[in-house]
Amino acid sequence: MTDVAAAPQIVVENLGKRFGRFVAVDGVSFRVGRGEIMGFLGPNGAGKSTIIRILCGLLRPSAGRALVAGVDVTKDPERVRERIGYMSQKFSLYRDLSVEENLKFFGGIYRVPRAELAERMRFAIDMAGLGGREKALVSTLAGGWQQRLALGCAVLHRPPILFLDEPTSGVEPTSRRRFWDLIHTLAADGVTVLVSTHYMDEAEYCHRAALINQGRLVAIGSPDELKRTALGGELLLLECANLGPTLAALQQAPGVLDCSVFGNALHVLVADADNALRELPAFLERQGLFPSRLERIRPSLEDVFVRLIAVDTARRRAAA
Amino acid sequence: MKLRRIKAMAVKEILQIWRDPRSLMIALLLPFTQMFLFGYGVNLDLKHIPICTFDREGSQLSQDLFKHFEASQYFAIAHNVQSYAALKAAIDKADCSLGVVVPPDFSERLNDAHAASVQAILDASDDNSANIAFGYASAVVSGYSNDIQLSQIDRQGRTLAQIQPMVVQSRVWFNEDLESRNFIIPGLIAVIMALVGAQLTSLTISREWERGTMELLISTPVQPGEVMFGKLIPYLALSWLDAAFCLVIAAFWFGVPYRGTVIALFLTTTLFLFVVLSIGYLLSVLIRSQVGASQIALVVTMMPTVLLSGYIFPIDQMPAFIQDITYLMYSRYYVTILKSLFLKGTGIVDLSAPILFLLAYAFAVVVLAARAFHKRLA
Repeated sequence: MTDVAAAPQIVVENLGKRFGRFVAVDGVSFRVGRGEIMGFLGPNGAGKSTIIRILCGLLRPSAGRALVAGVDVTKDPERVRERIGYMSQKFSLYRDLSVEENLKFFGGIYRVPRAELAERMRFAIDMAGLGGREKALVSTLAGGWQQRLALGCAVLHRPPILFLDEPTSGVEPTSRRRFWDLIHTLAADGVTVLVSTHYMDEAEYCHRAALINQGRLVAIGSPDELKRTALGGELLLLECANLGPTLAALQQAPGVLDCSVFGNALHVLVADADNALRELPAFLERQGLFPSRLERIRPSLEDVFVRLIAVDTARRRAAA
Repeated sequence: MKLRRIKAMAVKEILQIWRDPRSLMIALLLPFTQMFLFGYGVNLDLKHIPICTFDREGSQLSQDLFKHFEASQYFAIAHNVQSYAALKAAIDKADCSLGVVVPPDFSERLNDAHAASVQAILDASDDNSANIAFGYASAVVSGYSNDIQLSQIDRQGRTLAQIQPMVVQSRVWFNEDLESRNFIIPGLIAVIMALVGAQLTSLTISREWERGTMELLISTPVQPGEVMFGKLIPYLALSWLDAAFCLVIAAFWFGVPYRGTVIALFLTTTLFLFVVLSIGYLLSVLIRSQVGASQIALVVTMMPTVLLSGYIFPIDQMPAFIQDITYLMYSRYYVTILKSLFLKGTGIVDLSAPILFLLAYAFAVVVLAARAFHKRLA
């Protein structure tokens, strides 16, 4: 399904972008294969949108190079634009036009063959679940429908590559779920998808996810790989009556790399889980703390990302 | 450039104009209101100037003189006063702008020495009107003076030709009735088209930026030229409609004579519209804010068209360096063309100089506008 080496649809090498003195993107490199869903994750302002805009030819990179569908985005942005579909972070269809009028407009702009246009529009309308609302003005549609229509407009001309910049932000959970199903259907047809999100859980829907922090690529890999390796330790779940003192105590404990509150429990990152399971209860007991539950758990991607971003940010602060 | 994309842009733009009351208001209401406002409001003709008479003699002759004033369409006697103080008060209160005073020895001096004088006191706070009123008053007095002379010559048994060897026979061409409206309204059409044309297009690109639709548009393969023509075509059509409104109002409502050919008017108007529409478009590309672009559009189109095109203020009477500046004003050429077409019926060949200037101007602005648009966010 994903063969990065054989058919890289997106190649990014040492990409950099500065706005004045602000470094928005710094030495980012990655590749995305045909039919792959690559997720971009990271806090707001991490540089996700900037990278996507460079790949769409909307911003000129300050350094490095980017190939989309084998075409250099700086040298020939127009050829790139014919091969991509783009959903910008801010909703950018025409709100004063109807569903059908928006689709017709983009059909005309992308010069979708007239013979195919009706069928493509039908496909987009069905995909967005907008059957029966063809004549409705876009401004009257709810957020989830607007986003699905935007996706419909982006795939109308059958682009081999899709850039989706936070397509699910502000969309209710059931609509988000449905949106990801659509993305998977498209990828199964061979469409390469680069999608950014700030919902950590959505990384699980991607074939691979790239974590971006302050303009740099912090980690990249499949969700499983990231969970196995990126954390740099093993994760324990600890439940107890008094979270605050326990958290403070654990930060001083031997073999504990990191500790954070997760709901009404603690997630404790340790170098060696077997050792920790043996030694931690005694350590806590000496301080008058008695955990009701302590066990090894599989980390979620959220654990991975929270940890990686904290480490990366601390490292940068130390370097600066 | 692909026709398909231009068409898609144009159709989209038409739908948006149709659904945007602001554009429609500018396009349809503004020409009407401006035409009537300026058509009636701007009038350089002085008629029925209120005058105040002070007859210090009260003779048959002095009353005759006032009858001549009354008979002229330029004056209306508003007051008869009996003292200089009352006359001064009337002028101060702006009840009249001209006071005519007949001296107590008017008839006597007229009969004896043939050298009677009449005093005119003018309110010159508006010097132009005062000058014109004085000219009319002199004409009335000399007309009356001629009548008296004629009757005396008559009594002596001679004819006018024997004492007046030369007479000016004047014929007024093009604006036979010397109606200032006939001279103002053709220029007014240029003012309105400059205003409306640039206002409409100044909103188009900035609107896409403000509403966030531009980001998606520039991610598509659409070309800058396709965007420009796709957006200009609907506004050109709308402006043609506006121009037709204005011309119909000028010719049929205000009765300004039109003596040129329709084809000449159509061609030159289209050239002018290309200039102003492209200026608005260019500003919209450069400024990216609807309010900002439309404000600047007002400053660079309507204001210079009113002041520097010769629409009301004659270019020959401007200081030399301002005259030089007017050559850069596209509307100067269109105003010249409009006045010639309306009043003189000049043919295209004789108008080739201003037409070529407009053509060069239109070409330059269109090229500039097309090149100013870049498909980049920053």
